[in-house]
Amino acid sequence: MRRLFTFHGGIHPPTNKTQSTTQPIARVPLPAELVISLHQHAGEAAKPVVQVGERVLKGQLIGAPVGGFSAAVHAPTSGTVSAIELETVAHPSSLPELCITLRVDGKEEWAARHAVDYRTLCNAELQQHLRAQGVVGLGGAAFPCDMKLRHAIPVATLILNGAECEPYITCDDMLMRERAAEIVRGAEILRHALDAKEVLFGIEDNKPEAIAAMQRAIDDGGLPFEVVAVPTIYPGGSAKHLIKVLTGREVPSGKLPTDIGVQCFNVGTTYAIKRACDDGEPLIARVVTVTGNVAQPRNYEALIGTHFAELITASEELPGTNRYIMGGPMMGLELPTANVPLVKASNCVIVASDALFPPQPAPLPCIRCTRCVQACPAELQPQDLYWFAQSNNFGKAQEFHLFDCIECGACAYVCPSSIPLVHYYRYAKSEIRARDQEKRAADLARERHEFRQLRIEREKQEKAERLAQKERATAKAVTETAAVPTPTGPVAAGDDTQQLHINAALERAKAQAAAAHPKNIDHLTPEQQAEIAVIEARRATIHDIAADAGADDEPPKQS
Amino acid sequence: MLSSPFISRPLAVNQIMLRVLLALLPGIALYVWYFGPAILVSLTVASLTALATEALMLKLRGRPLKPFLSDNSALLTAWLLALSVPPLAPWWLVVIGVAFAIAVAKQLYGGLGSNPFNPAMIGYAVLIISFPHEMTHWLSPQALGSIHLSFADQMSYVFRHTLPPGLTLDAITMSTPLDTLKTQLHLGHSVSEIRELPIYGRLAGQGSEMVAVGFALGGLYLLFTRIISWHLPLVYLGTLFALAGIFHLFDPAHYVTPLFHWFSGAAMIGAFFILTDPISSPTTTKGKVIFAAGAGILTYLIRVFGGFPDGMAFATILMNLCVPIIDAYTQPAIFGQKDANK
Repeated sequence: MRRLFTFHGGIHPPTNKTQSTTQPIARVPLPAELVISLHQHAGEAAKPVVQVGERVLKGQLIGAPVGGFSAAVHAPTSGTVSAIELETVAHPSSLPELCITLRVDGKEEWAARHAVDYRTLCNAELQQHLRAQGVVGLGGAAFPCDMKLRHAIPVATLILNGAECEPYITCDDMLMRERAAEIVRGAEILRHALDAKEVLFGIEDNKPEAIAAMQRAIDDGGLPFEVVAVPTIYPGGSAKHLIKVLTGREVPSGKLPTDIGVQCFNVGTTYAIKRACDDGEPLIARVVTVTGNVAQPRNYEALIGTHFAELITASEELPGTNRYIMGGPMMGLELPTANVPLVKASNCVIVASDALFPPQPAPLPCIRCTRCVQACPAELQPQDLYWFAQSNNFGKAQEFHLFDCIECGACAYVCPSSIPLVHYYRYAKSEIRARDQEKRAADLARERHEFRQLRIEREKQEKAERLAQKERATAKAVTETAAVPTPTGPVAAGDDTQQLHINAALERAKAQAAAAHPKNIDHLTPEQQAEIAVIEARRATIHDIAADAGADDEPPKQS
Repeated sequence: MLSSPFISRPLAVNQIMLRVLLALLPGIALYVWYFGPAILVSLTVASLTALATEALMLKLRGRPLKPFLSDNSALLTAWLLALSVPPLAPWWLVVIGVAFAIAVAKQLYGGLGSNPFNPAMIGYAVLIISFPHEMTHWLSPQALGSIHLSFADQMSYVFRHTLPPGLTLDAITMSTPLDTLKTQLHLGHSVSEIRELPIYGRLAGQGSEMVAVGFALGGLYLLFTRIISWHLPLVYLGTLFALAGIFHLFDPAHYVTPLFHWFSGAAMIGAFFILTDPISSPTTTKGKVIFAAGAGILTYLIRVFGGFPDGMAFATILMNLCVPIIDAYTQPAIFGQKDANK
């Protein structure tokens, strides 16, 4: 038996999972229309690479990744692009995102599929392939997969996360029961790419069927992988906490699991990786749980872009429904309407009613009972964070590690005063981010302004210097001319005024020359002259450097 | 539209407070058994005063009445204070104490959750400083004297200040076991001589020791149902025991046993019901240990070397003062930062 570890805190909410595991994963009929968001992953939104009216094939690239932190988006089936517009999507801000609307032609005509043999690929090549296939983490954060394959130190342990700790959600459970062999295959691909010594499947012990199925698949494949039943506790499926349970090690605050030689992939993602490599299929569908106030709670394998309403209709919504939640009841997100499209991160939709989710009582003041401290898996002081957040004391909130909060909701679940604690943390985090951005913008503006002042000042000086030089040059020329012996003899009377002018100019030039030249350099020793030469040379160099620096029009770097 | 989580299953504030009130019942029952039902009248007067004061203050502050009157916190303050005041004390003493506790120590600071001091202990401090005479006339346990005061007689004294003919107050009341101990030690008697006095029982004071046992039982219920954490009561009692033990071993003629300290005065009710007030105690584990140990040391010092017979109330208030700084300096390492702090 493997020695397991525990983490601080956690709660045991009713799991409500059995409702949706009675029936196998189903499919819904091909929808008439799909709406595919170009921003369904963490990082930069993809940019559309198709035109309205263009016919696309199943699996064809329709959104290309932008920059290093982004993911590709593909057509989930064949059809015609009917719009590329802002649409309402499942996002906490309720802000619309750019989406591609696809009129489905029902032919399911595939574009060319690029299957690869993972054994011939190195890590970087697999990264490239997964990036091209749009594979992102399906556990909820939708982090681009290629980025998770990067690591600075060798990865000793690869963890496949099948914990699925959130109540109601069963998509990973059903996937493991039905497609264990493919998941194991995906795990082998990842093990190969990361060259991991040890491969562990962490599955909560409330999923005995999934545990058995995974074990069977591993035995059939003859692979040295290990299935570990971990205790059912929320949020035991958080990557950092699963790593703690399985290895006893804590990922340092602000670091990644790979920094301690561990990497963690969701089993759904692992399945998608298998499909992307062996079958050359980009990520265009996923398994999603539809549960709650419906007659047929179950899982569907649905195309990305399917409206939730179609899935909910297939599961037969019951009366009393008052809202829809994407994700679980602990960390999920209330949908603006059921008419938003499925994205890669959608693991579950809960049809909610007051009977299932009674309204929370009105909050009372915090009584500092520290039940939240006992529940917090990040080992924070939620009551202090709440105090700082509600009094807009954001500096103090950051000092108390606000950004280590994983927003799991365990604190709010146990709060005797029914304070929506996580709500306050989200508010504080977004305020801090907004202020940071503002500050950065202000800093940049100030820097630019200061540099502009500096540049104007410098240009003035340079202009003055140039002028002085020019005058010196003129003066010298005049002096030289003056040195040339003037023709003697009577001067024509008409030249009188001219001569006067010349004399006056000569006088001025003399005076200027006297002013421009230091008066004490006439009788210098050779040593002194040499010294002056050195100083002059140094000045010239400095001047050159200054001129160079001024040439690339950049603000001076702050040290 | 509030964000997740959408489910919760808390033990609500009024439920927590209710359980603490229930946990006081064994102690109260033993109180009635040993000293007669006068305490029930004090508790009633205190409860009514607390609710009335709370309602008035909430109205003045423009806060909703219903949620705050039903949170049971005012009742808890009332009961804790009533149990600290002699049951034969005039009715207005309880009223003044409770009204001050609720109006000043709780509501003026911002009401539930905002009071830096334990309101009941502030009420007690006001009373013992302002009315020392009334605060020292404790009923003798009924088993002790030959004179029995009927419930009607007790009530007549509480509300009309009249005793049955032929009775003096001194005949039916006494000072507390801790007070007597202090006085007698000053008179030059040794601990063993003093313990021979009829007011003392097996552990501490006759009767009052059993009431303390009742509070301890209620406290254990709170511990096992996890309403309170073990740190505060155990560290407090442990510190008190250790300190009393050292002095007792060193000079048993002048320093009573640790058990005497445990079961006399407000040590037990304090350990389980007063220090454990979450609002006025630290939130960190280390902080709780420091807070309870400090309160234990102060209780002992005030009892043995100070001017007041018992030190629980002042020890609590003094330690309440330190809570913000204790919390600030005892912040634990968070997940993923433990190695960095090593």
